[in-house]
Amino acid sequence: MSGHNFLEFSYLVAAALFILSLRWLNHPRTARRGVAAGVAGMTAAIIGTLMAPEIVAYRWIEVAFVVGFVVGVPLSWVPLTAVPQRTALSHAFGGLAAGLVGIAKYSHWFDTHELTTFTTSAISLEVILGFLTFTGSLMAAGKLQEIIPTRPITYRNQNLVNLLLLALAVVSAIYLSINPNFWPAFVALIVLSLGFGVLLIIPIGGADMPTVISLLNSYAGLSAVAMGFVLQNKLLITAGALDGSSGFILSVIMCRAMNRSFTNVLFGAFGQVQAVQQAAEEKTVKSATPQDVADLLTNADTVVIIPGYGMAVAQAQHRVHELYDQLTKRGVDVKFAIHPVAGRMPGHMNVLLAEAEIPYESLVEMDDINPEMPQTDVALVVGANDVVNPAARHDTHSPIYGMPIIDADKAHTVIAIKRSMNPGFAGIDNELYYSDRTLMAFGDAKQVLGDVVKAVAGEGVGAGAH
Amino acid sequence: MFFVFMLATFVGFQVIQNVSRLLHTPLMSLTNAISAIAVVGSILIAGEQFSGFTTILGTVAVAASMTNIVSGFLITDRMLRMFREKERRPKAEGGNAGTAR
Repeated sequence: MSGHNFLEFSYLVAAALFILSLRWLNHPRTARRGVAAGVAGMTAAIIGTLMAPEIVAYRWIEVAFVVGFVVGVPLSWVPLTAVPQRTALSHAFGGLAAGLVGIAKYSHWFDTHELTTFTTSAISLEVILGFLTFTGSLMAAGKLQEIIPTRPITYRNQNLVNLLLLALAVVSAIYLSINPNFWPAFVALIVLSLGFGVLLIIPIGGADMPTVISLLNSYAGLSAVAMGFVLQNKLLITAGALDGSSGFILSVIMCRAMNRSFTNVLFGAFGQVQAVQQAAEEKTVKSATPQDVADLLTNADTVVIIPGYGMAVAQAQHRVHELYDQLTKRGVDVKFAIHPVAGRMPGHMNVLLAEAEIPYESLVEMDDINPEMPQTDVALVVGANDVVNPAARHDTHSPIYGMPIIDADKAHTVIAIKRSMNPGFAGIDNELYYSDRTLMAFGDAKQVLGDVVKAVAGEGVGAGAH
Repeated sequence: MFFVFMLATFVGFQVIQNVSRLLHTPLMSLTNAISAIAVVGSILIAGEQFSGFTTILGTVAVAASMTNIVSGFLITDRMLRMFREKERRPKAEGGNAGTAR
């Protein structure tokens, strides 16, 4: 009996520590304490569980623990550009665990004739959520790793097929709750959920990945909640609900940042309906050499750098940091404007810049930087495109119309570093580049920034103080 | 049980809304690790040895959850270590064990 009291107590401690852990994440200064609290809570819960009297054999648990460490430790070493894939993969593992526990419980209670309407409904929910998260997240990870084409894969009546699959799964679940011992319906449920996860994600394009990851995060949390209902375990319900609400909040933020709805992300197949490029009018751009860029930057009082995922693709973060150092040393006020969907998952850009040793005080959210843009001397766009496209404000025909953007065009001068004039990821032409305030520096971001840094540093010796 | 779910969701919304936007990527990897608490359910199934079938499923589930716990906490900490404040020696990062606060 004391084993159970101890178990209850360890669960209580764990739940409290998990909540504290998330609370401490409200500021970078306390955030690492949050991780420590999470680890402590997890350890308490695992030790409590291992001491539970139901456990009669430890061999397989030990094997599984070893496997978890052997796979988990290297997974935490991935480069930060690959963090979204790792995250998707861990959603997949979470979903898989929930789904497998659901099957195990069904098989157990099937044998002992303990299946009731309630337990079977809870198991069905757990299995649906778990397996759709499993295959859906695997697909998302594949797209992020570019094993699977990132462009949306679509076919005729796609949404109809998806809805039909989901409806079939729900019907099997309902049938099963009435006839809990009719196992073929359970098997059908598993297959349908696995299939639905795949089909749900393949039509979604790379640009929507931040939303999709958040949504799958939410599902993974909810599948843990369903598992908690099946096992009558309050700690599981609590932790799953924390995860689920976190994923939900992040999805809402991501959707808002792109001015899209959930249904639109899931059933819209972004990038599919690109307007035909209007017959190219004679538009001219002004180009600039690295030396021009360096002059403009050193003569500015305030500079806002707007990074996009293209910066990470070009591996230019460290050049950006050098530029930041050089300019700050000369008394230029340098800030970074971070769009919520910059990168491949929520907050991704902040992590990439933090890795490049840029202090987090200089990373400013879109809503906070926009009022400052009209007073900014130079806006430097590095690898960003759609998030600075003014068409989002006024062109009702643009696919990105209504999306909140960083007001780069309001700065006195705009410098955009770009490989060529080809339209970006979403295939949308960006009128910012044709503005007479804008200078284009063509070339690989890493290369161009390297030259700019050299020019800035050289100027310090030659021209003297500005 | 449903009561617990409601309460935890409510607390979750409150706490997570206060998380700095800077830290949304670490937030996701941390909540990932935390929801891998599913490991306790999996341990019970792997350890009670009801049948060979359930033991195998339980074992795989423990391994999957444990992977999430280990990699989730490690990578969250790794990312958080990178967030630094202004006015620090550019190459500070010697022995960081002692007075880290």
